Amino acid sequence: MPKKYETPMLDELEKGPFPSFVTEMKKAAAKSDMAADALGQLERCFKDNRTHWKHGGIVGVRGYGGGVIGRYSDLPEEFPDVAHFHTVRINSIAGLFYKSSFLKEMCDIWDKYGSGLTNFHGSTGDLVLLGTKTDTLESIFAEFSSRGWDLGGSGSAMRTPSCCVGPARCEWANIDTLDITYATTQEFQDEMHRPAFPYKFKFKTVGCAVDCNAAIARADCSIIGTWKGKIEINQDEVANYAKSGMNIQTEIVNLCPSKCMSYDGKTLSINDDDCVRCMHCISRMTKALKPTGEKGASILIGSKAPFVIGATLSWVIVPFMKMEPPYTEFFDLVRKMWEWWDEHGKNRERIGELIIRRGMREFLEYIGVDPMPQQVKEPRRDPFYFWKEEDLAK
Amino acid sequence: MEKEEIKQKIYDLVVKSTGKKKLKSSDIQKQISSDTGCSRDEVKDALKDLMDEGKLIYTYFGGSYVELPPNQ
Repeated sequence: MPKKYETPMLDELEKGPFPSFVTEMKKAAAKSDMAADALGQLERCFKDNRTHWKHGGIVGVRGYGGGVIGRYSDLPEEFPDVAHFHTVRINSIAGLFYKSSFLKEMCDIWDKYGSGLTNFHGSTGDLVLLGTKTDTLESIFAEFSSRGWDLGGSGSAMRTPSCCVGPARCEWANIDTLDITYATTQEFQDEMHRPAFPYKFKFKTVGCAVDCNAAIARADCSIIGTWKGKIEINQDEVANYAKSGMNIQTEIVNLCPSKCMSYDGKTLSINDDDCVRCMHCISRMTKALKPTGEKGASILIGSKAPFVIGATLSWVIVPFMKMEPPYTEFFDLVRKMWEWWDEHGKNRERIGELIIRRGMREFLEYIGVDPMPQQVKEPRRDPFYFWKEEDLAK
Repeated sequence: MEKEEIKQKIYDLVVKSTGKKKLKSSDIQKQISSDTGCSRDEVKDALKDLMDEGKLIYTYFGGSYVELPPNQ
């Protein structure tokens, strides 16, 4: 008979119209002591207004430096079944497509070796398995790897790359986000499984500037699909949007960030030279507007959540790069960025923080990218590029 | 330099640092590469072997480090 704890504070989180993680944990707790203790300890954390989870340490599978995150209870006598409650990250498939047969197998493995609790997906993008003991880790790894799956990234390493659904389900994808994610995962296996960086490094790839995966805010290296040509306009469809009640002036033209659009009540015009490819107009008028011409990606660097300094968004370093297999130009650029970061980065310093500390000029010089207007992140703020004597002589 | 020699140098460095300073993989690569003149890729490769053999392990204490397994 599994344990049962009184959880008056957690019960409050079951109220309201939304699905509750507490309800799901209670279902798991009905057949797993580990899930029951996780619930009991969580109630205790709420009651004490502090966490009773400890993090880190010496856990993993042989040869790998990531994929398992050590978690321990600081109340092991009270909650013995969560004395160890490690998290396992499984490298998710690009676009998060799974066969139902895999999901069934995965659940069977996890019921056998773990708490039965999962997290689809963690904010890392991985398939997250919550709660197991140290002595089952090798068996879990063997079960998954024998089925063709691998652990994800953790620690001071490249993290599991993630992407939007891209061309699999979206006609607006300018790049094959799924293939780029898969190729990046394969190319940098060592960097993902054998931590050698000053801190974490994340890739996120999206097919267009709508950025369904929030790459610009969450990835050290954001790959955002874009295009070089004009936006093709179907004026009949523009008229249909107007007829169906859309206020094109207010909802489209006035919200264009570069003010490159105009509308006279009949005809919509775009000055493509001033367009910054933000996708606002296209995503609102999908039938009327379409990008044309060469497709590729903008490469941005440096976003992260608050840590040493506050949250930052990525900023453009390469405005346009063709992103076609075997992605040699992109991988070479990434290796140069890592070399510079490895040389100068302090422990637990993200690459974006290092760029802020040492300067964009030094970074661009090292990676061999010329300064370009598109790299100016915040006009009228301090310039990051200072001319040298030899530049002035040119 | 032979791979076995590089492995031994890495292992000795980790033993020497134990209890004094936690070494990151990049610290080891820089140090061994500078001491022996071999490339960082060679050091990385030797380190990978040591990990696969279980002679060294990765740990995580706010960052990832290379250490001796707990029973050594």
